[in-house]
Amino acid sequence: MNVGLFIPCYVDQFYPQVARATLQLLESLGCTVAYPLDQTCCGQPMANAGYAHLTDGCNQNFIRNFSGFDYIVAPSGSCTLHIKHHLHGKGDTDERAAQQIQSRIYELTEFLTDVLRVESLPTRLPQRTVVGLHQSCHGQRGLNLAPMSELMREQGISKPAYLLRLVEGLELVDLDRRDECCGFGGTFCVTEEAISVKMGKDRLADHQRHGVEVITGVDVSCLMHLQGILRRQKSSVQVKHIAELLVKSEK
Amino acid sequence: MNHAEAAVAFNRDENRVDWHDETLWFVRSKRDRAAQTLPEWEQLREAASQIKNHVLSNMHDLLTQFEQNALANGITVHWAADAAEHNAIVHKILVDNGVNRMVKSKSMLTEECHLNPYLTERGIEVIDSDLGERIVQMRNEPPSHIVMPAIHLKRADVGDTFHKHLGTEAGATDPQYLTEAARQHLRDTFLTRRVALTGVNFAIAETGGFVVCTNEGNADMGVHLADVHIACMGFEKIIPRAEHLSVFLRLLARSATGQPITTFSSHFHKPRRGYGRRGDGRRGDGRPGQQMHIVIVDNGRSRQLGRPEFRNSLKCIRCAACLNTCPVYRRSGGHSYHSAIAGPIGSILAPNIDMKQNADLPFASTLCGSCSNVCPVKIDIHEQLYKWRQVLMQEGYGPTAKTVSMRAMAGVLESPRLYRLAGKVGRGVLRFAPVLAENNLNPWYQHRDMPEAPGESFREWYVKRVMSDER
Ligand code: SF4
Repeated sequence: MNVGLFIPCYVDQFYPQVARATLQLLESLGCTVAYPLDQTCCGQPMANAGYAHLTDGCNQNFIRNFSGFDYIVAPSGSCTLHIKHHLHGKGDTDERAAQQIQSRIYELTEFLTDVLRVESLPTRLPQRTVVGLHQSCHGQRGLNLAPMSELMREQGISKPAYLLRLVEGLELVDLDRRDECCGFGGTFCVTEEAISVKMGKDRLADHQRHGVEVITGVDVSCLMHLQGILRRQKSSVQVKHIAELLVKSEK
Repeated sequence: MNHAEAAVAFNRDENRVDWHDETLWFVRSKRDRAAQTLPEWEQLREAASQIKNHVLSNMHDLLTQFEQNALANGITVHWAADAAEHNAIVHKILVDNGVNRMVKSKSMLTEECHLNPYLTERGIEVIDSDLGERIVQMRNEPPSHIVMPAIHLKRADVGDTFHKHLGTEAGATDPQYLTEAARQHLRDTFLTRRVALTGVNFAIAETGGFVVCTNEGNADMGVHLADVHIACMGFEKIIPRAEHLSVFLRLLARSATGQPITTFSSHFHKPRRGYGRRGDGRRGDGRPGQQMHIVIVDNGRSRQLGRPEFRNSLKCIRCAACLNTCPVYRRSGGHSYHSAIAGPIGSILAPNIDMKQNADLPFASTLCGSCSNVCPVKIDIHEQLYKWRQVLMQEGYGPTAKTVSMRAMAGVLESPRLYRLAGKVGRGVLRFAPVLAENNLNPWYQHRDMPEAPGESFREWYVKRVMSDER
C-alpha cells in the first residue's frame, strides 16, 4: 500500500514531532509511506479568509505532489476536509487528478479505522494517564470522524476515541460539552481574538474540570491554540497530537 | 462597530459572558432532549427541508394562490417591495383608521424594516406586547435574539428597567412581582388599542389563512380586541397546504426552546364579523366587523432567491436553534451582529441586504458547522458563510491590508522554494528574536503564548533520514 504523506505547512514548520509520529505510526502498521518533498499548503488559510480565488497555485502544487498515490494521509481533519471539498484542477486532466486525490485522501484516524481497520495497537503509556479528546469540528462534522451531538440519527463511532482506547494506560474522560468548538477557526483566531480566546478557555475548563492531564486531538491547529492559552495560564496540562499517543515510542 | 470590536466590548465582563453562554447552552440542551424524544426527528427535518425546497421553486404560484384565497376570505392584501414601502403601508392603514396608537406582537420583520422608529417619528405610539420585546423597547435597544429578545439581560437589569419605566420598587428582582407589573401595564395596552400588528409564522397558500406562534398569547390578546389586524410577512413564510403545518409546528418549538409545541399557535383565516344586534335590527354588535390586512414583503428576498448559492437561507423558520448552538453567538451576544437577525442565520441574510455594512458577519464564525446540524429545515448555514466570504472578498469588501497580506501569503505557499525559505526565516525569528512576535500588536500573543519553534522542519528531518538510509 503506497501512501503519500501530507503534512500541513504549520505542522511541518512548528510541530515536526507530530509529522514524525504520523510517519512512524503508518510505517509500523505496514504502509509504504512517501513524503513528496515539494508539498506546501492545502490553501485553506486563504480560502477560509475568503480568498479561494488565490489558491490556484496551491491547488496546482498539491496535484503535482500527490497524484498517483493509492492513499493520501494527513494528520489534520481540517486540511483533509479542505482538499476534499475545494481542490480544483486547471483543465480536464488536472480536474480528474484532483478528483482522484479527493477520493483517496484520508485524515489519519479515519485511515487507521476505515482502511487499515486497526483493531489493536502495541502501545502502552509509561504511566496511567487521564486524557481528554478535543473533537475538532471540521473532522467531526465535515469528515464524520465522530457522532455529532446535534443529530438524532444512528451515527458511527468516534474514530479517534476508539483508537485512543486501544492504548494501554490511557484513560479517556467524557467532557460536559463533548463537541463544542475550541475557537481556533483559522484566521478567526486573530481577527476575532477576544471570542477565540474565550472559547479556548471554556474548552480547557471542561477538560480541567475532569482532571485531564493530556489533551489530544486530530488537528494540530486547535491544539496549538489550546496550548497557547495553557502556557499563558502556566498550566501543567500537556497537549499532544493523537499520533504522538498512538505511536509506540522508539525507545 | 464591527462584530469583532463589539465582541471585545462584550467580553470585558467575563462573568457575564459565562452567564450568557450557560443560559443559551441550557436552551440548546433542552432542544437536544426534546429532539431525542422523537425517533423520527431527522425524517421531520428532511420533510421540512423538502417542503421548503418546493416553496422556493414555486414561490410565484404559491403567493398568487395565497393572495386569491386571502382576498376571497375578506383579507386585504398589500405587497411591499422594500422596507420603506412596508412601513408606508402600515402607516397609511393607521391614518385611514384615524389611530395614533398601536399594539404589536413580536415580529422580526418589522425590526428588519425599522417600523417602530418610522412610526414614532410620525407621532404614532407603538407598544410591543411580547414581554422580552417590551423590555428591550423600554431600554431603547434592539432585540438581541429572535426568539428571546431580552436574553442578554439579567433579572436585575429588568428590575432596573421596570423601576424606571413602570415605577416598580427599586432593586426588585422577583420574577413574579416583575411579571405582574408587566401584565398590568400590557393589559391596559391590549384593552385600549384599536389596531394590532402581528408577524406571521406560516401563511398557507391553500387556505389563504396564516398562523402566528407565541408563548404568551400576546398576539391573540392584541388582535381579538382590536378593530384592525395588520399581519406582516416576508414572502418566504408561505407554505403550500395546511397539512404541512404538522411538520413545522412540531419542529419549531422543539428547535427553539425545547418545548413540544409553542403555547399558542393562532390560526387566522378571515376578519371577525360584528356580533350582537345592530342598529338596523340585524345580528351584529353595532361595530363594523374587523379589518384584516396582510402585508407581503420582499425587501431583498427576491434578490436572495436569485442567488443560487444563498437561496436556501430563505427556508428559515426563525426558530433560533442556530443562535443557541453557536459558540460565537453565545460569547458575543446578539447586538454584536448589528443586524435585526443575529447569529449564524443573520450572518448569511445580512450581506444580501447590504454587503458593505455586513461584510464582517460571515467572518464571525469558526465554521464549526453546529448551526447546520441543528437547523430544522437543513439550511447549509456554515457552507453559506464560507461562500459569502468568497463573494465579499472578490467584490472588494475586504480590508486592503488583508488582501495584500493574503496575496503575499498565497505567493509564498504556492512556491515550494519560497515556502521553505519563509519557514526557515519564521522559525528563526521565533527562536532568535521572539520579541518580534511576542508583542501586543500580535493578536495571537495577547492572551496566548506562541508555539516554540523547533530547530528543523519535518521536511529537513525527512531529507536527512532519506539520505542516511541511502548511504
Ligand atoms: S437558520 Fe435554521 S436553525 Fe437558524 S433560525 Fe432559521 S430555521 Fe432555525
